[in-house]
Amino acid sequence: MKPNQRYSLAALAQGALRNHQNWDRAWQSPPLKPQYDVVIIGGGGHGLATAYYLAKNHGIRKIAVLEKNWIGGGNSGRNTAIIRSNYLRQDSIRFFDKSVQLYETLSRELNYNIMFSQRSEVDVLLTNTSMRNMRRRCFNMNLQGVDFKMLSADEVRQRIPVLAPMKECRLPILGGSVQSRAGIARHDAIVWGYARAASAYGVDIIQNVVITGIRRAENGEISGLNTDRGLIKTNKIATAAGGENSSVAEMAGIRLPLQTFNLQAFVSEPIKPVLDVVVNCPDLQVYLSHSDKGELVVGGITDAQQISFRRGGKLAVLDSTVAGLLELFPTFRRLKLMRQWGGALEFARDGSPIISLTPIKGFYVSAGWWGGFKAIPAGGLTLAHTIAKDEPHPLSACYRLNRFDTMNFLMESGTTVPIH
Amino acid sequence: MLLIRCPWCGLRSESEFHCNGEVRPIRPHSSSLTDQQSVQHTCDRLNFKGWIEEDWCHSKGCGEWFRLNRNTVTHEIDQD
Repeated sequence: MKPNQRYSLAALAQGALRNHQNWDRAWQSPPLKPQYDVVIIGGGGHGLATAYYLAKNHGIRKIAVLEKNWIGGGNSGRNTAIIRSNYLRQDSIRFFDKSVQLYETLSRELNYNIMFSQRSEVDVLLTNTSMRNMRRRCFNMNLQGVDFKMLSADEVRQRIPVLAPMKECRLPILGGSVQSRAGIARHDAIVWGYARAASAYGVDIIQNVVITGIRRAENGEISGLNTDRGLIKTNKIATAAGGENSSVAEMAGIRLPLQTFNLQAFVSEPIKPVLDVVVNCPDLQVYLSHSDKGELVVGGITDAQQISFRRGGKLAVLDSTVAGLLELFPTFRRLKLMRQWGGALEFARDGSPIISLTPIKGFYVSAGWWGGFKAIPAGGLTLAHTIAKDEPHPLSACYRLNRFDTMNFLMESGTTVPIH
Repeated sequence: MLLIRCPWCGLRSESEFHCNGEVRPIRPHSSSLTDQQSVQHTCDRLNFKGWIEEDWCHSKGCGEWFRLNRNTVTHEIDQD
């Protein structure tokens, strides 16, 4: 194990003198060992953050992160990079706000610039129903001491001058709400930053390895897993495999109360700065931000109720998202779309994630993420605690798996778009 | 699956339809269920990769309900 070289202005200047031949690999990919203390399935943000906090906070060193494709190539690379904590339930608010707090200091902690730009998220509200919902959310947020406030229609227009003029609106803008600590970050940098920091602690990051089975000892405990590169012995397996968690859990022998859906997003051609906040419109089911590259990054709703593992686009959904976008911003109608893509998301019955022990000793899940990008630091922190101590972290106790046995749901409508 | 055949209206655009999820057994009256069965009915879902049978409604058209088979990996549909 070798400490990372420090990224700094001085290192950059040194590199410039040496034709940038001085840079080490950001993370190591050693060959797979036959035995580990903890194996994490899924090399996305959550898996790598979990490995990092396991090593840093709990002193566990023999950790492997196994990734089927390349790290950050799943939902960590397919989201719209929005970070916020304006949720409805107090448990969710505490959890997601912890995540925002961790993001605020993450660049320094990882010595990796994650480009977290806290540019505010503004909700544009067009109906009395969403005004009422947001006001309720606002009260709950303020009770927790988290910044969130309502805006008048004029204030919304001041924040977002490019909105459709009043006479062109089908539905008038009634008002809005804003979280000023919300923003966007560079999604790849978060994955790479955690990978680099975890690797410095000796975590093995193994890409292109496929899990073919999970082994359990006679007493039912986890004893290892089969991969296409051979058997690995371990007593603790955590799955953080995005849309594939239910398949992994099935290998272990349990069924998670999850369904997988396709959520899609797209970007426009690059344009000059026009939007300096993240915009969300729950009534038109569209949210967008203006990326540093100049592209508008736009996300929409999921294919309602249709289980899907395709990770692709779908015309009917694209159509309705674009219609919503143009209703808010008629000036965008001449923009071309450059790319569109989809990701496989899991959804539990109550809209909240699962970070939990399971009935199988030694098997842990971090699943049901819908908007899991903003939760990466807190998700990793709490899952690491759950794995190391074999008990839930106080922040994620509300996300335990057995809440479904007693129907003790944590109904959460704070995801970006209505899903219930 | 850009066009779906409504039994009443014929081939129509997918955007006119609403999917109500996979076909599931009708929930028995709660008095005949144990707590565990009730939980199972509410929370337990097959998250199946491959062909499943779903309930669809021509919600923005005639309102007809019908069933179709859809592949959850490829989005192919089979209405024959």
